[in-house]
Amino acid sequence: MGSREREILNDATHLKVERITKRFGDVVAVDSASFDVRRGEIHCLLGENGAGKSTLSQCLYGFYRPDAGKIHLNGIPVSYSSPRDAISRGVGMVHQHFVLVKTFSVIENIVLGTHEAGWSINLADARKRLAEICSRYEIEVDFNAIISRLSVGEQQWVEILKALYLGAELLILDEPTAALTPQESEKLFRIMRRITADSLSVILITHKLNEVMQSNRVTVLRKGKVVSTVETSGTSRTELTNLMVGRTVMFQPQRENLEKGGKILEVQGLKVRDDEGRLALNGVAFDLHANEILGIAGVAGNGQKELFEALVGARKIESGEIRLDSEDITNQTPRSAIDRGIGYIPDDRYRYGLVGDFTVEENMILGLQKAPAFSRHALLDFSRIGAFAAKGISDFEIVTPSIKAKTGNLSGGNAQKIILAREFWSTSCCLLANQPTRGLDVGVIEYVHKLLLKKCGEGFAILLASEELDDIISLSDRIGVMFKGEFMGIFDAGTVTIEQLGLLMAGQKILSSGQPIAADRI
Amino acid sequence: MFDIFQEAIVVSMLAASLRIATPLLLASIGELVVQRAGIWNLGIEGTMLMATYVAYVTAISSDSLMLGVLAAIIAGIAMNMVMALAATTFKINQFVTGLGLNLFAAGTTLFLYREALALYGTGNVKTIDPFDNLLIPLLSLLPYVGTILFSQQFLTYFAFLMVPVVWFFLYRTRYGLEIRSLGENPKALDTKGLSVSVRQYCALAFGGAMTGLAGAFLVLALTDRFVPGMTGGRGWLAVVIIIAGNWKPVPITFAVLVFAFLEAFQLQAQGIGIQIPYQVLLALPYVVAIIAMMGFRMRSEQPAHLGIPYHRE
Repeated sequence: MGSREREILNDATHLKVERITKRFGDVVAVDSASFDVRRGEIHCLLGENGAGKSTLSQCLYGFYRPDAGKIHLNGIPVSYSSPRDAISRGVGMVHQHFVLVKTFSVIENIVLGTHEAGWSINLADARKRLAEICSRYEIEVDFNAIISRLSVGEQQWVEILKALYLGAELLILDEPTAALTPQESEKLFRIMRRITADSLSVILITHKLNEVMQSNRVTVLRKGKVVSTVETSGTSRTELTNLMVGRTVMFQPQRENLEKGGKILEVQGLKVRDDEGRLALNGVAFDLHANEILGIAGVAGNGQKELFEALVGARKIESGEIRLDSEDITNQTPRSAIDRGIGYIPDDRYRYGLVGDFTVEENMILGLQKAPAFSRHALLDFSRIGAFAAKGISDFEIVTPSIKAKTGNLSGGNAQKIILAREFWSTSCCLLANQPTRGLDVGVIEYVHKLLLKKCGEGFAILLASEELDDIISLSDRIGVMFKGEFMGIFDAGTVTIEQLGLLMAGQKILSSGQPIAADRI
Repeated sequence: MFDIFQEAIVVSMLAASLRIATPLLLASIGELVVQRAGIWNLGIEGTMLMATYVAYVTAISSDSLMLGVLAAIIAGIAMNMVMALAATTFKINQFVTGLGLNLFAAGTTLFLYREALALYGTGNVKTIDPFDNLLIPLLSLLPYVGTILFSQQFLTYFAFLMVPVVWFFLYRTRYGLEIRSLGENPKALDTKGLSVSVRQYCALAFGGAMTGLAGAFLVLALTDRFVPGMTGGRGWLAVVIIIAGNWKPVPITFAVLVFAFLEAFQLQAQGIGIQIPYQVLLALPYVVAIIAMMGFRMRSEQPAHLGIPYHRE
């Protein structure tokens, strides 16, 4: 394509979506959605969980067939029966959860299923073409590396290369920064801008407002419907949030200034191995006081999960010491952790926090079934459990058809509130929260923040790990950054900037002037 | 006791090892492709048994061993297509389907066998004239090696030939790459617009054909007649062998040879009359299988998506 033709196409509409509807059974996931994407723009699809962003994009990629509506590409109406049709028309997709074969090399993942003649795999040609794409968009990745050895960021570049290698001109990225460090996200945006400068178009699906603000236009979805499409330059974060949620959201949680209380939890030289036997924690040490929230920033997978499991007795501690109110509780059992009043909000709520097939009331007392309040002589006392569950539902504003409803059918936010209700009831001293806002909507996140601050004000010691720097910064009294099983330092809130936290999360020590002073580098 | 280490006995024991290895190798190399495609087919025992029966009936009624082999292949494919339909199209639990196929094959073949006995009388069980050994010119004349390696059945040569063929297919061709990706992450292929189920059907067809050949070998080369339950756990052993061989063709071949040698050893030992209760000897390969299973807990190459039906969310 010549540069002149490119220019002509530049202002043209690349994709036009008209009244797309997609139903799953009785649920209308996308309800008559219309929007268009101009060639060469970054177009955001913004919305809460369940707003229909992902479903809509899967329709554009041919993964789902819409029940009604029309899709036009470059002015031509198209209909896909499989992703193959979409690919052949230049639509590429990067899925929210990477779709890579972990045991294959980068290049094998990229050439997988590409239709070239012959039986054998011609990697030499593929390598040449890939090198061209990489240099053009300044993407760096080792083609021979095995996927499982790559960082999350590098896997993201592979996903993008996969789409570009297939000849994508319209690239759909579904929540691409979910697991990236701030620096990697910035790099991703640089790549996106180079791609769009080349007259390709990008649809970016996200719920993060700072990313939305870097796009050209935004289409806001709420409950499957398009609320509106706006030019990014002519809008604000507040306006977008209100469009997305449908009401006004308070951004900054109110924090009281609290006196730090007595030392509750003391951790020293903690060494723990992960499931594969690798050292996941290498000498972690910190104190946790009453009336305090200690935030742990860091990309998931740097030992947070293992730290929390070690603290609640669910993982063997190789060396080191944990003290609760100066009592040695190293290698306690999970049962004694519950008895001691340590509350735990696990990172993967359906895997470690709830049983999806159980009812709401059963999950409300999961792990507490021995408590005299809920059972007598090995028999569950369902009248008391029901009353407890009903109170939890009203106190925590849990939306459920009944206390007997199957928990697996609730939304992520309501499921998380069940865990909160349960753990808040059983906790008497110390609350350990790993990624408590993961995958939740803005409104629920606001609610979780409020609850954590309230608990902190009541004298609890709270350990909070989150990948969302917003959580960490707005809630923590002190901030620790975890990288590869170690703390990169623990700082008083307010002495570190987001940029510095980002660098620490990527494992770089801050050396330049104006560096934060480690408040208590133990 | 040391009679067993006499020259002639060792040679015949090794030659027997290869013979015994043949059905195990055919079935496990075929099932390897199936498992690499993400389907944990526990129905091999049943597929093999069905194939032995069909091969036997076809061979005696047509008087042609080759037609028997062909029929066994078709029977093997047909059994695995049931698996494919259940596992791929209807996404039914693969273990349950596999176990069901085994029960179906055991019951059906026993029923048909008894009906035939009632019809023709117990004294009139027809036997077949099994395949002759295929002597490789010149090579079969070599001392020792000639007898052990180059005086075998054609299916034995074929089985060992399939090892490098399947290796090449899996690791050096586009289609092999696609099959392997199905066992690890089928969505990777689906999102590129390629059909997961077509490839799983093909893998199961190949596995069925190979297992069918294993059944044909049992009845047309190792013995001369069909006996109910004559597969005697070889299909299950193939499953164990794949795990012990860490889902790789060459280690699988090695595992097959170890099991086959143990089997040959226990047969020979029984024949010579070594003073060990024969039940112990009979159990030997299976005891080793259990030890091997425990020893190979590091299943580094086990396909990550093995046995899980693929759904588009």
